[in-house]
Amino acid sequence: MKKKYAPIIVFVLMLPIFFVGLSRNKSELPSPLIGKIVPAFVLPSLIDPAVMINQANFNGRFVLFNVWATWCAGCREEHEFLMELSARDEISIIGLNWRDNRNDALNWLITLGNPYELSVEDKLGRTAIDWGVYGAPETFLINPQGVILYKHLGPLTERDWTLNFMPFLVTEQT
Amino acid sequence: MKTIALVLVILFSTIGHAIDNGPAFADEKLQLRYEKIIAEVRCLVCQNQSIKSSNVFLAVDLRNEIKRLLSIGKTDKEIANYLVERYGEFVLYRPRFSGGRIFLWLAPAAFLVTGLFMMIKIVRKKTSLASDANND
Repeated sequence: MKKKYAPIIVFVLMLPIFFVGLSRNKSELPSPLIGKIVPAFVLPSLIDPAVMINQANFNGRFVLFNVWATWCAGCREEHEFLMELSARDEISIIGLNWRDNRNDALNWLITLGNPYELSVEDKLGRTAIDWGVYGAPETFLINPQGVILYKHLGPLTERDWTLNFMPFLVTEQT
Repeated sequence: MKTIALVLVILFSTIGHAIDNGPAFADEKLQLRYEKIIAEVRCLVCQNQSIKSSNVFLAVDLRNEIKRLLSIGKTDKEIANYLVERYGEFVLYRPRFSGGRIFLWLAPAAFLVTGLFMMIKIVRKKTSLASDANND
């Protein structure tokens, strides 16, 4: 009599595995860098290539590290929100211009506005590899100790900001 | 004439862009290792292609990076670790035999053994039933 129920029991035991496996968004990969210190880099400033910038330039405060490019449609989409966020003075935004044309990038910042406190240029994409970037836009949240707390893939919106970024700022600051 | 030239240019332009123009290494052994590695690294932009068969610039960048690592004498294992540290386990097509992934590797064998065990049990039961019936 007991045997009759065996398949049902096995099925019920498998349900949570299906539930977790199928509800995961496969295109959003968890970054192995979360909880780690930011990968070191030395890159020229986008605005003034004579100035070299490294990760120590944004130590000691919370920052957003935003990977963008002029060829990236999603970056255009999130740009308005980045402008709004930088105007609010809640957090500094660092921009990494990825595999782009410098003149196009400068034009973008001049015509659409510059939300970045610092901008670096990664012309060859070496730093992007170190950061595990695989598609722009990507936005990292970094704490004052230089630890990556969170990574967002795709255009950043107000909703993502309040839901996924703000909780870190609140818990870490108290 | 111009049209023919244009058609030829368009037809052959893909060849010009083909994956790596010529071998990456003069050394045949290194070239083989290089080709083996890039065939097993997932292009994360186009997730069902390896970086060997993709021309997305991230794939090109990663191939260049692997070339650089090979030329400075890194082992295949070190290169795999390098990629996993940045992109996660998903970047490798062949999961490594360590940590929770051991389950992935051993599960098929475990299922096979369980299946065989169950089969033997059922067959034995059936034959004993059959022989019981014969004895009647």
